Amino acid sequence: MSDESRAEKFLELFNKSREFTEELLRENERLRNELGALEEQNKDYATRYTEIEEQNNNLASLYVASYQLHSTLDFREVIHVVQEIIRDLIGGKSYAILLLDEKTNELQTIACDGEDQMPGVETISVRLGDGILGEVAKRGESYYLHRDDENAKPSLQRPLAAVPLKIKDQVIGVIAIYKLLVQKHAFTAVDYELFALLAAHAATAIFSAKLYSQSERKLNTIQSFLDLLTTTS
Amino acid sequence: MFTSNAKFLIVEDSPTMRQLIAFSLKRFQNIEIIEAVDGLDALRKLAGPEKIDLILTDINMPVMDGLKLVSMVRQNAQLKTIPIIIITTAGAEEDRERGLALGANAYIAKPIQTSHLIKTISELLAV
Repeated sequence: MSDESRAEKFLELFNKSREFTEELLRENERLRNELGALEEQNKDYATRYTEIEEQNNNLASLYVASYQLHSTLDFREVIHVVQEIIRDLIGGKSYAILLLDEKTNELQTIACDGEDQMPGVETISVRLGDGILGEVAKRGESYYLHRDDENAKPSLQRPLAAVPLKIKDQVIGVIAIYKLLVQKHAFTAVDYELFALLAAHAATAIFSAKLYSQSERKLNTIQSFLDLLTTTS
Repeated sequence: MFTSNAKFLIVEDSPTMRQLIAFSLKRFQNIEIIEAVDGLDALRKLAGPEKIDLILTDINMPVMDGLKLVSMVRQNAQLKTIPIIIITTAGAEEDRERGLALGANAYIAKPIQTSHLIKTISELLAV
């Protein structure tokens, strides 16, 4: 074989291997792009999974809170459930549940926790329309203390959150939260959902329990009266 | 998941929290939930014929609190190897240290995050 034909052969081989290398590089690039897209997709899935986990978590809290609120007609038990929701599900350390006395138009504490953190929380008495709590009861709209306002430290008159307990447009009371547990730094999205749930469901549960205990008392009175009539006749 | 029925004991005086924890644990297959309302009730159930695989306990409870329960379980030859998770509102660092020093395997502060609870259990029981 002449030098010339050897050189041609070599060139041909060289060109083939160059084409092959270029093909490999293209394939490599394509696979890298595909991998990148898959990684992006994985990240999307991971984000969505976390979001769904969080939603599941929130739904579980809402379901349990709602279930427990309507699990009894005993007034004290209903109040106890509201306290459990505020403490265990929202993370409230110092709070008060106030009910509105329709005769005096005054909100008064009927249950509370964390008196050592917020002295006086156990004896709050506010007229409808007075201060933040009175305004919340009058307007039927929740109040949240803005944390970015450095001067806004919670006090007895200015809670972290005040939520009206409403049956349709009628306010029957207010929940005021003054301090959160040490491990809880701020309200989260599910807390606002729980506040909304408490506003409606706690109100109806408390109202139903009150009506039930009233009807029980009346029934007992009627029964005693009937017993008296039967024994005297 | 568990190949045979694993028994988880939830020790909590609040029915709301008992239901929420039980609800969160539905993620695990083949588990049976047993509930106790305080530490003493838990000890009665631990003394029964059923073998408990995991204890999830609150701290602040009437009759017998969770810390006393952890301490008693760890002192009992038959029960001392059962993994224990404390779930409590007492979230300060010194509370956590005290709970773990008594022998709890994990310490979770309320309000609970289901994903965190599941991860903790999975790591403890290697499932």
